[in-house]
Amino acid sequence: MHQENEDRSFKVEALARVEGEGGLTVKMKDGKVADVQLRIFEPPRFFEAFLRDRQFTEAPDITARICGICPVAYQMSASHAMEDACGVTVGGALRDLRRMLYCGEWIESHTLHVYMLHAPDFLGYDSGIHMAKDFPDIVERGLRLKKIGNTLMTLLGGRSVHPVNVRLGGFYRVPTRSEMAALKPDLEWAREAALQTVQWVAGFEFPDFEQDYTFVSLRHASEYPINEGRIVSNKGLDIAISEYEQHFAEEHVAHSTALHSRLDGNKLYFVGPMARYNLNFDRLPDAVQKAAEAAGLRQQCRNPFQGIIIRSLEILYACEESLRIIDNYKPPKLPSVAVPPKDAIGYGCTEAPRGLLYHRYRIEGNGKIREAKIVPPTSQNQRIIEDDLSRLIPKIIDFPQDKLKHRCEQAIRNYDPCISCSTHFLDLKIEEAD
Amino acid sequence: MNISKPKLAVFKFASCDGCQLTLLNCEDALLSIAGEIEIAHFLEASSAVQAGPYDLTLVEGSITTPQDAERIQEIRKQSKKLISIGACATAGGIQALRNFKNVDDFISVVYAHPDYIDTLDTSTAISEHVRVDFELRGCPIDQAQLIELITALLQSRKPNIPTHSLCMDCKQRGMVCVMVSQGTACLGPVTHAGCGVLCPACNRGCYGCFGPMETPNTASLRTSWEKLGIATKTIDQAFCGINANAPAFRKEHDASGK
Ligand code: SF4
Ligand code: SF4
Repeated sequence: MHQENEDRSFKVEALARVEGEGGLTVKMKDGKVADVQLRIFEPPRFFEAFLRDRQFTEAPDITARICGICPVAYQMSASHAMEDACGVTVGGALRDLRRMLYCGEWIESHTLHVYMLHAPDFLGYDSGIHMAKDFPDIVERGLRLKKIGNTLMTLLGGRSVHPVNVRLGGFYRVPTRSEMAALKPDLEWAREAALQTVQWVAGFEFPDFEQDYTFVSLRHASEYPINEGRIVSNKGLDIAISEYEQHFAEEHVAHSTALHSRLDGNKLYFVGPMARYNLNFDRLPDAVQKAAEAAGLRQQCRNPFQGIIIRSLEILYACEESLRIIDNYKPPKLPSVAVPPKDAIGYGCTEAPRGLLYHRYRIEGNGKIREAKIVPPTSQNQRIIEDDLSRLIPKIIDFPQDKLKHRCEQAIRNYDPCISCSTHFLDLKIEEAD
Repeated sequence: MNISKPKLAVFKFASCDGCQLTLLNCEDALLSIAGEIEIAHFLEASSAVQAGPYDLTLVEGSITTPQDAERIQEIRKQSKKLISIGACATAGGIQALRNFKNVDDFISVVYAHPDYIDTLDTSTAISEHVRVDFELRGCPIDQAQLIELITALLQSRKPNIPTHSLCMDCKQRGMVCVMVSQGTACLGPVTHAGCGVLCPACNRGCYGCFGPMETPNTASLRTSWEKLGIATKTIDQAFCGINANAPAFRKEHDASGK
């Protein structure tokens, strides 16, 4: 380890307000950043290992438990992968209901992040609860908005954390038309509140920090991507979901606390709302595009601090989309389609609130899972977070210690890292540098 | 009046954060609770952190590393009342499936360099390490139960949290039994009440996310499932799920000799 003589080193011990607990170590040498490590205290839980030998029908309920903040993402990626293996496609109203359930999770997760976790950074508070003392109306708006996301998930999923109503091929029970219609007044209010959220966060002060990122997200022929599409980037990548592992590799490196993802060799890449927005602006409905323009965003946005605006735009989108689905809704005859097991491999990739979530399973004809692979968004963004920090810190190194720490935390929270959502973040023994 | 406000702390071990999110989801109640208590340590919600001692500590997650086994001892010392919340904290959670396999095999399935991993062979409940004042069940816990528990403790009264089976709740609500009417396998007769019978309300059998009720008759439920034509292996796996390491369920999935 380096001596702490002339070199400034600092640690942010337990990072608050990222879901899960992590820490950051930055090592400085001669005024330059020598090393940045986002340390993750999350102990491994071995999901990929214990999925082996379980029934393929159990994957949605088991993998949901990887992350309580985005369980629907896990349930959807798992369901799509299993259906892909078995050659089944889920269409029509069932497909719409899945999309709407996912919209509920986007609303809930994004609102939690925007109001309770990230906005306090911009306004100088320790938490949303502290912020509520000075901005009661705004925090109340956020809480109500989040609650509407939860309500939507509760109607379609049975509950908002680890929904019980999702199964391969669809649902156990589907809502009636009147149950769906009953959500409309709330969603209409939410659409307005989301628009106000966009306007509110657009007025924050953003540090000047544009980078030339490689953005990666799904892209669908006609929709803003949620459950399906091809995997594309702004640097020419355009592949089927089944080709993911030919281009993206995970590495277990010594000086990191997580498996690091790389694209085509050694490229850093960026997943999440900002990637989706940059690659799919043309798929957003008019109302959302207009809101983006009014908020001063172009069709391309490369400043991760402005991610809070994009998250707010996605809340608006999720409200619009849910209202559209409610208006078109005709209950399907059956709540699910049959998914008979096959000896096969299946791939699933969906857009979790925090970005691309990839699942692959090999199953047997008797329905037993033989192999599982899961790549969550947070482990994909880990390197880009460290890279951002190593570019940001030299610019702000003269800030007082407190402000410096705070700005680093804010930069990490740009990515809304859900640390437990990493199936394989690990507690690492740090090796001694000479 | 600040001096007299009880201090609340929330700590996390191996978990998915879903139980903490359930606490954050108590939005309305949270703001009013926030008036009566002081949130002294809740990293998911606030960067302002106060040192102990704490009047009421909520613990999410299970013990899976040597460091965590020490950390929980320290937290216990700092806490007047300590409550474990959720299946992870009360039974070891889904990650306790490692307890029934060789953990080295597990590590090598997930990681390229097993030597970097520092983990225990088992995932265990908080109560296996320290004295726990109350265990709140569920994966995740139920909001109403959580609020009732916090309120009762603040008022120094006994919380009203029933320990009977999910099945009883179903009957009380006059719901159609999924096992009798559709022949659907359901763990309701042996599962702890509290979720509000969510799965049967969706036409689905309970999969036991609230863990075993007090003194469950798992052997008799096994017989009923066998009568439905369900294979022994499938029955074992049903007990070997989210609450696999809860003693009553562990005994039952071990029973057939797997
Ligand atoms: S009990 Fe379930 S919901 Fe709660 S932390 Fe554990 S896995 Fe998550
Ligand atoms: S019915 Fe059973 S599995 Fe379903 S939510 Fe309730 S306790 Fe959990």
